Amino acid sequence: MLRAIAGLHRPDAGRIALDETVWFDARGGVDRAPDERSTGFVFQEYALFPHLSVRANVAFGGAARAPELLERFGIARLADARPGDLSGGERQRVALARALARDPAVLLLDEPLSALDANTRRDVRDELRAVLQELALPTVVVTHDFRDAAALADRVGVVVDGALRQLGTVEDLVERPADAFVVGFTGANLLTGTATPLAGGGAEILLDGGGVIRSAARASGRVGVAVSPWELALALPGAADGRNALPGVITMITPDGERAHVRVGALVAEVPSGAVARLGLHPGMQVLATFEAAQARVVALSEPGPSAS
Amino acid sequence: MPSHRSIRTFAAGRGFTALQALALGLMLMFLALPIVALITQAPLGDVPRLLGEQQVRQALAVTVRTNAIANLIFLGLGTPAAYFVATRRFRGRALVLTLVELPLVLPPAVAGIGLLAAFGAGGLLGADLQDAGVVLPFTQWAVVLAILFVASPFYVRSAIAAFEAVDPALTDAARTLGASRARTFARVALPLAAGGLGAGWVLAFARGIGEFGATIIFAGSVRGQTQTLTLAIYEILDSSFDVALAIGVLLVVLSAGILLSFKLLSAWRSSTSTSPARYGISPSISA
Repeated sequence: MLRAIAGLHRPDAGRIALDETVWFDARGGVDRAPDERSTGFVFQEYALFPHLSVRANVAFGGAARAPELLERFGIARLADARPGDLSGGERQRVALARALARDPAVLLLDEPLSALDANTRRDVRDELRAVLQELALPTVVVTHDFRDAAALADRVGVVVDGALRQLGTVEDLVERPADAFVVGFTGANLLTGTATPLAGGGAEILLDGGGVIRSAARASGRVGVAVSPWELALALPGAADGRNALPGVITMITPDGERAHVRVGALVAEVPSGAVARLGLHPGMQVLATFEAAQARVVALSEPGPSAS
Repeated sequence: MPSHRSIRTFAAGRGFTALQALALGLMLMFLALPIVALITQAPLGDVPRLLGEQQVRQALAVTVRTNAIANLIFLGLGTPAAYFVATRRFRGRALVLTLVELPLVLPPAVAGIGLLAAFGAGGLLGADLQDAGVVLPFTQWAVVLAILFVASPFYVRSAIAAFEAVDPALTDAARTLGASRARTFARVALPLAAGGLGAGWVLAFARGIGEFGATIIFAGSVRGQTQTLTLAIYEILDSSFDVALAIGVLLVVLSAGILLSFKLLSAWRSSTSTSPARYGISPSISA
């Protein structure tokens, strides 16, 4: 998609325009060359010119803005270095500075964080978020990581096999996922089962894995139920308090700063670190994963079931 | 404690190593012998005087002139042609690659006959050339064409490989940064492929200097006209072995120089992207 916007790939159909300027129109026979479009493309592995210094790399897009951009991205001291001598984070800043040197109308970032190791990734993500907010430039980011999307984007489009499944804010995707794939992308737990509408509103869902839960929304037939990890609470057996409760055995606890990821059967719960200590959670322990009926979000199953015709 | 069997394997291993070393020694001796003989048999003190003989000077002039022209032509045509083949996918691309490589495996004598059949008086283009008043066979241009035919594939083939090795993301990046196709070629593809282009050129140059078979058939061996150094060796051989040896020494020195520059280019090429030593040493490019 980014390559199509930049003019590096010719789509079979469709139209690409920036405001009034048409860059590509399959029907109108318009196809502007990449250098006649105004995009700043940050490639996945950054694609810095290995034979040019950092300064020459940035100046390639536009010599006039290069000194200012080198300052701004804190890479002026690296100006004479070659890209091969830089760290991943530094390379990304050079790539961004180079893409901006042309003063583009659109910024395109192709998996800007995938080339980084986990430690650098979080820092660079925060840095990138600050830069993007400051730039106030239309930006398209492609990522496979929901956390990157959540940190960087105002609007997120979920594309599967070239088809747009859902377009909305991060909140939309979490609260009102369009289908099971979106649920998986946001990192939510997906349960499958068969729903029966209840007389007083809502539905009762018989889960495939055993157990019955209630949803606040009406539903019937084969459905998926999405539950966010941070909305799952863990309780000792017998302490469900009328909430939906699924019993399971803890298989893994991964501390992550203030919070901990706890795997209970097929579910992942994200709970405060304090709760782990208070309940004395440990692998092998039998617990209940509980959540409100309102937190059970019913979604259509995107994959056709075996009985579908 | 090693078992009986492993001792035997060990002994067999030693024997095999010795066999390999022996084979290598024999090969090296055979390959080095003619070079050593050339140097020892040639009257080294007399070499400068022998090379000053008129026939040798003429042959040297013909060799330099024809090779310079042929090299200019294949660099000028071969570089853009190779870039085209390397960066595009089109129908018949495999056929193009095969055609480019065909002269590499063709016997030079066959190349000579082919050139004669194409450009000779009764040849494919002979009549048209005659009408235009162009006579090619047995002229200096015939030498140029012969060199071009046998040597240019060496350059074009390496140039295609060198351009193919340039990461397409880099040329794509240049395009999105506002560079035209031509500027992308000049500023990104060409410098990044330079090592491979240089290596290909060195090979093609060496092949051109050594050209014999196609030239003698298509251009003949006319002193001061089409007689290159290699052809001169063949002609002088009977009358003055010493002069032939002297030319041989000259060509050995030249070939060694070519080989050395090829090795240096290859070493430089493999270090351009990774060597940390280039940090700070490389001249900074400033506007």
